[in-house]
Amino acid sequence: MRGLRPEQNAELMENIKKKFSNDILHMEENRGMVVIQAKKENFLTLMKSLKDDKPFMFDTLMDLTAVDYSGVKDIRFEVIYMLFSSKTLSRIRLKLSIAEKENAPSVINIWKGANWPEREVFDLMGIRFDGHPLMERLIMPDGYIGHPLRKDFPIKGLGEDYLIESILMPVKNEVNLKKEGSK
Amino acid sequence: MSDQIPETSNQANSQQHSELRDYALYSVLRDAVSDVEELPDGLMRLNLGPSHPATHGILQNIIDIDGETIVRARPVIGYVHRTFEKLGEAYTYNQFLTCTDRMNYISPPMNNVAWTTAVEEILEIKAPPRAQVIRTIINELSRIADHIICNGILGVDVGGYTGFLYIYHFREAVYNIMEKMVGARLTTTFTRIGGLEMDIYPDFVKDVKKFLKDYPAILKDFNTLLIHNRIFIDRCKGVGAISAENALAWGYTGPNLRAAGVPLDLRKDSPYLVYDQVDFDIPVGFDGSVYDRFLVRIEEMEQSMRIIRQCIDNIPEGPWAIDDYHITMPPKEKVYTSMEELIYHFKLVMHSIKVPAGEYYSAVEAANGELGFYVVSDGTEKPYRVHVRRPCFWYYQSYPELVEGGLISDAVAVMSSLNVIAGELDG
Repeated sequence: MRGLRPEQNAELMENIKKKFSNDILHMEENRGMVVIQAKKENFLTLMKSLKDDKPFMFDTLMDLTAVDYSGVKDIRFEVIYMLFSSKTLSRIRLKLSIAEKENAPSVINIWKGANWPEREVFDLMGIRFDGHPLMERLIMPDGYIGHPLRKDFPIKGLGEDYLIESILMPVKNEVNLKKEGSK
Repeated sequence: MSDQIPETSNQANSQQHSELRDYALYSVLRDAVSDVEELPDGLMRLNLGPSHPATHGILQNIIDIDGETIVRARPVIGYVHRTFEKLGEAYTYNQFLTCTDRMNYISPPMNNVAWTTAVEEILEIKAPPRAQVIRTIINELSRIADHIICNGILGVDVGGYTGFLYIYHFREAVYNIMEKMVGARLTTTFTRIGGLEMDIYPDFVKDVKKFLKDYPAILKDFNTLLIHNRIFIDRCKGVGAISAENALAWGYTGPNLRAAGVPLDLRKDSPYLVYDQVDFDIPVGFDGSVYDRFLVRIEEMEQSMRIIRQCIDNIPEGPWAIDDYHITMPPKEKVYTSMEELIYHFKLVMHSIKVPAGEYYSAVEAANGELGFYVVSDGTEKPYRVHVRRPCFWYYQSYPELVEGGLISDAVAVMSSLNVIAGELDG
């Protein structure tokens, strides 16, 4: 991204290497932005330190998303965190590899803005976040089957006939309603 | 059901169908409130939306009130979801431009500029100076249109209808300029990767100058009607306030963050287009309340006009798209007469632009804040994954925190002052 200060990156990378050499797998510079492949162990400590500690001060979680690399990489998913510091105006990108049926740690206690984005990733990509208070669907209806942004989800849908009844009325509710009706 | 005789007539079917529909509608509401616990005694549950004149778009708020005080608010979103990120994986880079029109449908040209700027950064090309200046002018005009809607309707929501009638006319003027320019008012798609689709129309400068001449007087009238209006101040000042630190933690950007006192603006911090060559100031507020957000947007309109005034007389002559036929369409007269251009035309339509493999993030300052695109490319003509950082999505999640403990009448004022656009919120 334009407007980054690549001359600060060497120092930033040096500081990160000094502090967290055990917590990161790989670090590189991609078009002026420092990109870190993080380990899942101690990930929250790393994030907390990036937010609070003096040389970093990444006080904003600018973006949180996930990519499905099925068939491309060994580990299927990658959760992407983009951090921004309002003090130094620098940006950094972290990537966390998550295997299928594995949960990612939630950063909601570090940046509260991670609330909806994590739910969105769960909803559309199917990655659960440990420690999130309400890991439920956010955008798709509650009874929806499948996670649309996964690569194996067909772009035409799973063959629903797109009637509002079939999409929005999960079976459990029908049963509940009948019970209530009989009361 | 099992002991009844199955009916097969059409009438019975339609009756069953309507029963199903009733169940479905009921279950939609059940779904929406399923994550809200039982309502304690003495509270009342108010369902604001999904389709309600005060919500400006299809979004729902379930509000529990004790008397007139809001105890709990729960936003329910997703009613306008179209899965643009999935569509992006099936579209080429130029085709995805049409999706961006439909995200923030209040200021679509700004989204077009954001996407083309992102792809141009990936390809490491730069649009010609003429295109850059025209883009800047249109960008700022649509920022004005966006703020007109936000501030005008905020007035309507707190009971001051008159101001809205004064100011809304000029949003129409901006849309008329867009209509003359590209033939569409909402689905503009006015940029292309590498420049613009076509040149400006002959009267463009005249129309923009007329807008710049007429609008300040009306904006002054609008300000007179609202800024010093006792009732408006009482309804807005200190309502829905947020601290700078809190706003940053929620991921606020744009006017809402600046109203909380943080002078961050991507037009200054990482300039694009010609923002590094024009003079403008970043207005900031104090407490991030509804009133401060209103004032910041008013001042941003003034600054936008200042930018347009500096650009409108200095539109450089020259081409409006780069001269590389691997990226932009060759002119039609050449396509019809020259073999080489015909081949380029065919290649671009059939195979589109190939983007080098890699991961890229690029963001611009849209009317609501940082509109970012995260693109993963595998070297083909379609993105492997495209993710949109939608500013509304990040700040609207703080809505419960802003309204809880306040009065029910403030809920609507806070919602309109945040400028939540359902199309951008749901993606």
